[in-house]
Amino acid sequence: MNKFLIAGLLGLLTLSAQAADITLTGSGSTFVKPAMDKWADAYDKKGTGVKVTYAGGGSGTGQKNVQDGTVDFAGSDGPLSDAALAIARSKDNNILHLPVVAGAVVIIYNVPGVTNLKLDGATIANIYLGKITKWNDPAIASQNPDDKLPDADISTVHRSDGSGTTFIFTDYLSNVSADWKKNVGKATTVEWPGTGVGQSGSAGVAGQVQKTVGGIGYVELIYAANNKISYADIKNANGKYVTASLDSVSDALGTATIPADFRFSFVNAPGDTSYPISGVTWLMVPQHSKDAAKGAKLVEFLKWIYNDADAKKMAHDLNYAPIPDAVVKRVLTTIDTIK
Amino acid sequence: MLTRYDKYRKLKSGFMSALAVFCAILVVLPLILVFFYLLKMGVSSLSWDFITQLPKPAGEEGGGMANAIVGTLELMGLALVMGVPIGLLGGIYLAEYGGGKTNAWIRFGADVLNGVPSIVWGMVGYILAVVPMGGFSAFSGGLALAFIMVPLVLRTTEEVLVLVPSGYREAASALGIPRWKITYHIVLRTAFKGIVTGVLLALGRVAGETAPILFTALGSNVWNNSIKEPIAALPIQIYYYALSSFPDQNNQAWAGALVLIILVFLLSATVRFLTSRRSKI
Amino acid sequence: MSQTTTSPALPARAADMAEPSRLGNRLFEGLTFVSAMMIGVLFLLVAYVLIDGARLAMSQYGWEFLTNTHWNPVTDNYGALPFIFGTVVTSAIALIIAVPLSIGTAIFLTDLAPLRLRQPLTSIIEMLAAVPSVIWGLWGLFVLLPWLHDYPYTWVSKHLSGIPLVAGPIQGAGACIMSAGIIVAIMILPIVTSVSREILRSVPDLQREAAYGLGATRWEVTRIAVLSYARRGLMGAAVLGLGRALGETMAVTMVVGNSPKINASLLQPGWTLASVIANQFGEAATDIQRSVLFEIGLVLVCVTILVNIGALLLIKSIDGPGSRRA
Repeated sequence: MNKFLIAGLLGLLTLSAQAADITLTGSGSTFVKPAMDKWADAYDKKGTGVKVTYAGGGSGTGQKNVQDGTVDFAGSDGPLSDAALAIARSKDNNILHLPVVAGAVVIIYNVPGVTNLKLDGATIANIYLGKITKWNDPAIASQNPDDKLPDADISTVHRSDGSGTTFIFTDYLSNVSADWKKNVGKATTVEWPGTGVGQSGSAGVAGQVQKTVGGIGYVELIYAANNKISYADIKNANGKYVTASLDSVSDALGTATIPADFRFSFVNAPGDTSYPISGVTWLMVPQHSKDAAKGAKLVEFLKWIYNDADAKKMAHDLNYAPIPDAVVKRVLTTIDTIK
Repeated sequence: MLTRYDKYRKLKSGFMSALAVFCAILVVLPLILVFFYLLKMGVSSLSWDFITQLPKPAGEEGGGMANAIVGTLELMGLALVMGVPIGLLGGIYLAEYGGGKTNAWIRFGADVLNGVPSIVWGMVGYILAVVPMGGFSAFSGGLALAFIMVPLVLRTTEEVLVLVPSGYREAASALGIPRWKITYHIVLRTAFKGIVTGVLLALGRVAGETAPILFTALGSNVWNNSIKEPIAALPIQIYYYALSSFPDQNNQAWAGALVLIILVFLLSATVRFLTSRRSKI
Repeated sequence: MSQTTTSPALPARAADMAEPSRLGNRLFEGLTFVSAMMIGVLFLLVAYVLIDGARLAMSQYGWEFLTNTHWNPVTDNYGALPFIFGTVVTSAIALIIAVPLSIGTAIFLTDLAPLRLRQPLTSIIEMLAAVPSVIWGLWGLFVLLPWLHDYPYTWVSKHLSGIPLVAGPIQGAGACIMSAGIIVAIMILPIVTSVSREILRSVPDLQREAAYGLGATRWEVTRIAVLSYARRGLMGAAVLGLGRALGETMAVTMVVGNSPKINASLLQPGWTLASVIANQFGEAATDIQRSVLFEIGLVLVCVTILVNIGALLLIKSIDGPGSRRA
């Protein structure tokens, strides 16, 4: 009799262990992948029995996946368009946008002898428009009086793959240059004016710039920081030259007006210490979960990301700028609406 | 007695032979260059840990690609089971049976399919398997890879079977052996090594494919427990790590690539070793 | 107990021959037929997925899509012509480089190489096939491109700049159509070499011996007895390589320069159909963007069909003794 009892108990235990092992899947922005991987790992180690698998694949893929219902959540550097959201809502599948981390786009360059370049938005726009073609152009020289700029051609490098980084960069250029806004616009891929080379990924752009004397390009702050690549100080809306860092991005985020559905942009933000070329990444979560059990586990995971001090520190250590507390409160309220 | 013309012919022959050697060197050269580049970039991350541990998140030292290695093997196995029989049997049909016109169309279709970029197969797999199943899975990954393998194996099988001299078939037929037995016992046996080459080539090809499994198997940082769950694979890991912002992960990408080509090499060598006894040629 | 010394394949009585083997034959033929027909099924699947996905773009752009040279996601102005150009040219370059090299290597492997070297060398070449596209791309970017830029391209730029085919300032450290063609050539080498080798190996020794017997030199034997016998098979190998070349994505995207422009010069950046899909699909966020990429996929399949028709016509005009049995 006792043996049966023990066997039964063991069986129940194994069953419950199995039942507790839930896998949540997510896909989308590669920008946020390192943070997601870290959170997933830590969350699993806590013994919750929830395994989170986050693949990359690009924000567009993530958006499609979450609309198709093939993943439980998505990461995206750009919000869903109004049209897409309308379609989702009509199918009773409203997608919530939860800002989770913020990052910056930095300008890298390869000019021999120059290590602390200063640029403003209009100049960058004109460089990429092809209007400024030499490094010793007065527009650049006037901002860098202490540097000896060579009479060399500027070779621009841009992202050829669709990318959230391009989105933030072109969003910023559209904001500071009417010319850019009219002729090029903002998107994850644009028709780049003038001559310039496209490369894949921040690694591709950085590699290209480093090999090309006189090259200029844009990459994520995290990439530049991890690979110790120097980048330019950019003049912000208040006229101050700011170095990109977690703090300057957070400062910019602090000044932003964030609507109820959390879809916003904060390039060229006001404030003395704000870094102008910054953007936020969202987690896109369906408001109605397909599977109630999974939905509940997802909500627990999300709350942990936003509440837990360790979780926040992990993101910080990986060079992600955090979302301000006031916004986090609002996000948590929104999470509560997930059923 | 050698005329001048004969001397010219000999010289030409020697020249062509040297050219052939030169070609061989040029063909093998990129592999050697890439191999040494991978070694240089990746050997620092290659270790027993790398092969046995699960990936660690960015920023943490160490970790490995154990699940990706097993995942790649599993996906290759699925693709093999789903794709090779169809490709093989189809190739047999083209070589042994069928009319001229039908066969011409099938051959043409296979050649066109071989030119479809692998990303499209991923899209097909997503729509046919992932969406209906409501999620990414090892099964859909294997399916997408099988799609790639079928036309490839079909064509290589056919090309090799056609070159089995018709004399073999005719002699067997004269002995009264039924057609299917001729095909199975004699023709296939003779062409066995060639067929194995074709299958290995296809396997090697799909082992390194990223786009199709990205859209179907998703990738993973943990062990896969079921054919209906997402699964890790070396090409996906390599892809993310290579383009990642973390230099430690970049190094691991190179190590992963090294492991991948060694894996395929081992596979190829093992199969060749096992089949070298059985073939007649 | 009857004793028969006949092999199991030979029935003891003529009457036994009739039913079982006919059934066996029918089953086998049917089975292989169904498998071969799977090609048609796969083709329909691909066509369905691509056409369905491209529907939106096709209705919006019509035939202009094929002649438009813009690629602008902001104004939703898309055209496929630069990519068609890039795909065709890079594949042509890849074939021109790879096929002679592969056949030469196959000859080496089947005729000239020391016996003990043959298998290891073959396995090494097969390893080439497993190197993932993204690694070729990165190696191409960091190793091949700088070398190409510093040596051949700079030399050509200095001495041959008059020729339009290779004109122009070398942009972006060497990323151009030529570089993409070279990388694709490297990538199709294993398949063309391996298949060529199998083809050459299957040429019956009798052919060679007969030629030797007539006093031919080594090269003449190869040319007359082996290559002409295997001509069709070798063309088949080339077509397999072509298929891979047309669809190559990741490696191309790292070295082709990613510029949607058409240039007469091979040393200018360009783009291909397959690599633009891979580049843009991950971030395509609107329905029209995705639909356009599906349409590009459709265009690629059409280009593949056209190119294969051309190859087929070429092969038909060459008739070798190693052709299909009747």
